[in-house]
Amino acid sequence: MLKKIILFVIVVAAISCSSSDDNGGSNNDDGFDRTALLTNVADNIIIPAFQDLQSKLASVDVATTSFINDKSTGNLDALSDAWLEAYKVWQHVQIYNLGEADNLGGGERGFVSFFNIYPVTVADIENAANTGSYDLNTANYHDAQGFPALDFLIHGIATGDSLPLDKFTTNSDFEGFTTYLTDVVTQMISLNTAIVNNWVSSYRSTFIANTDSGLNGSFNKLANDIVYSYEKDFRAQKIGIPAGIFSNGGTLPETVEAFYKKDVSKELSLEALTGIENLFNGISYNSVSSVSGSSFSTYLEFLDREDLVTEINNQFAAGRNAINGLNDDYTQQLSDNSIQMTAAYDIIQAAVPKLKVDMKQALNFVIDYVDGDGD
Amino acid sequence: MLKKLKLYLDTNTNAAPLAVFRIGFGAMMLASIIRFWSLGWIDKLYLQPKFQFSYYGFQWVKPIGNYTYLLFALCGLAALFVLIGFKYRIAIISFFLSFTYIELMDKTTYLNHYYFISVLSFLMCFLPANAYFSVDAFLKKTHYKQIPKWTIDVIKLLLGTVYIYAGLAKLNSDWLFKAMPLKIWLPSKYDIPIIGETLMHKDWFHFAMSWSGMLYDLAIPFLLLYKKTRTLAFVLVVIFHVFTRILFPIGMFPYIMIVSTLIFFDAHVHEKILNVFRQLLKPLKLKVEQPKTETYRFSNRKIIIPILALFFAVQLVFPWRYVLYPNELFWTEEGYRFSWRVMLMEKAGYANFKIVNSETKDFFYVDNLDFLTPFQEKQMSFQPDFILEYAHYLGDHFKSQGNQNIQVFVDCFVALNGRMSQPYIDPNVDLYQEKESFKHKNWILPFNDEIKGL
Repeated sequence: MLKKIILFVIVVAAISCSSSDDNGGSNNDDGFDRTALLTNVADNIIIPAFQDLQSKLASVDVATTSFINDKSTGNLDALSDAWLEAYKVWQHVQIYNLGEADNLGGGERGFVSFFNIYPVTVADIENAANTGSYDLNTANYHDAQGFPALDFLIHGIATGDSLPLDKFTTNSDFEGFTTYLTDVVTQMISLNTAIVNNWVSSYRSTFIANTDSGLNGSFNKLANDIVYSYEKDFRAQKIGIPAGIFSNGGTLPETVEAFYKKDVSKELSLEALTGIENLFNGISYNSVSSVSGSSFSTYLEFLDREDLVTEINNQFAAGRNAINGLNDDYTQQLSDNSIQMTAAYDIIQAAVPKLKVDMKQALNFVIDYVDGDGD
Repeated sequence: MLKKLKLYLDTNTNAAPLAVFRIGFGAMMLASIIRFWSLGWIDKLYLQPKFQFSYYGFQWVKPIGNYTYLLFALCGLAALFVLIGFKYRIAIISFFLSFTYIELMDKTTYLNHYYFISVLSFLMCFLPANAYFSVDAFLKKTHYKQIPKWTIDVIKLLLGTVYIYAGLAKLNSDWLFKAMPLKIWLPSKYDIPIIGETLMHKDWFHFAMSWSGMLYDLAIPFLLLYKKTRTLAFVLVVIFHVFTRILFPIGMFPYIMIVSTLIFFDAHVHEKILNVFRQLLKPLKLKVEQPKTETYRFSNRKIIIPILALFFAVQLVFPWRYVLYPNELFWTEEGYRFSWRVMLMEKAGYANFKIVNSETKDFFYVDNLDFLTPFQEKQMSFQPDFILEYAHYLGDHFKSQGNQNIQVFVDCFVALNGRMSQPYIDPNVDLYQEKESFKHKNWILPFNDEIKGL
């Protein structure tokens, strides 16, 4: 009798121990088809967006070369146009801190650290142009590279200069500024190329195959990324921080995105929101006609939460509406009427509990790794 | 009646079940402490947080820096001494005190399981668990083969209480008629072999699991008590707890319960288990003089019996205290803890704190992760007592930074068992002015739904 019990306990315990560490389960025919979701997101949203960024950065590279060969105002304007096109695409890819992007060592902000930390630290750039000694791979230079650094280099005015162009022509460090410009562009291209190549060569299949329910499952990562990007990249960085929501004592106009170009902060915010909406609804990056495949909305509908899908999409629409009412140039908006910016923030904020509480609960994904025991 | 009681208290029984229980308990606790330590949780849960959420009245219980490791070491050592039955009384009291201190340090980590361990170890302080097959008995050269029957029955009573109260708590409309929260939890376990893809998302399976869980909790103490059903009951215990272990991250608890329920078996089963241990100890060639065999007698029974009677009275009454509070228990959580309410809710919240200067009306929002660990933030976001304590912490913090006329408001949304999230705390109440007490917190907004049942 006792032996039977002991044997029984050992067998069951062995099963429980082995199965709890198991990562099996690749196709889920009867339940929700995660493979289809991950495939749609990878093939129709993430990879095309990164590839588009690659081609837009190539245009930035061409424009940079033309400008360096002939440092004219016209060529600088052409570079500015190329920069803006790439910056808009960036708003779509910034969500996906996955695979190679996650491995770049960008710290808390992930690969955003190498592309879009603002406000840019002008003193670092000027010092770099002057001394020629800098390393864009160190954390010190996270706020002196990527799109914000280009924004300053193309549109900003260096100390002692009178025009943006002067940096590259009459400034005593004009050679240093020119080299820095090239280095920033090269760094962005090389990092993005690594990310694209990794997706295409191997990470796509890893990503799609990993239908694990755990923390490291692809869906769980994607869910965390969309929530984080909405909260941090979009809500806080673009609207909240400039409006002075997180700090004591007034607005912070110098923290708006594209501070030196000025009249595009709204356009960039709207692109970021579109990127998040498209992921939520599974809309292909390249599609003109809003063709949608499997994504968060599909998954929620599968779980009979159409109400939540409607609610979240309504919140997105309200946010878009609020942003549309703002000035193209957020620094102007803040000086004209900062209350309107705060009001826009409140509307955008209202979607956060829907994503972080309701969607999280419905899909039961893990936000931030909490590894204690449960009840 | 009184005569019967006296007769019962004088009845003796074989000491083996209690000895096996002591060994099992000690071993499980030692393993738990080692596991907790090796997973790095002492640092992560107690040393890294800048701030601890305290139980009302126990604000003085705090982690003690790196000495916290010493506290865990003491707790583990006490568990080892309990296991071998060496200086048992001192060991079990040390264990109870150190373990309870650890649990009181931060209520973020509250689990019914930990509370169970505290309660059980308190009870064990009064039991002669070292009477037989222990180092104490070996050194004293006296084996008490017979001990009072009630010393084993109280453990059964405690186990039965835990199960039955856990079962009663499941008698509510969410659990039984909506299969909540299992309907949320189970489908996300799709990657478990075999059943993951076939059962976990099926509606009928959620209901089957809810109802069988409820029936299991209510029936298992009785099935374990009756000899005819006992073996079947134990098989059920193993299946149930192992299944929960597979599905949910509940650590050592399933194993602790499996080992604990062995106490329901007859003494001859435990003698066989002890014989296995005797075989294992043989190579040590302990010089065993034939020990004296005596019957254990309590010298202080007159004090102990009333203490334990009071202890069980409190155990039986305390879980019902929630009826004294208005509104839905699951929503307000007033009277929720220490009541064996296990796995009843999938609750999540979002709390956005706003610091306002009441004079200038200037305000700013707080990033919770500047002050809390992600785990603390998660737990804080849907529990009113946490929200209040944190609001005071924030108020004090910003006051010390030189801010003036501080008001603390919170925008908080909570979703319960798959319902759409709704506002949780009155956003117009300055929490910095509210005080913690056992009274109802009238700044919790009402729940827009009804959950029927106990």
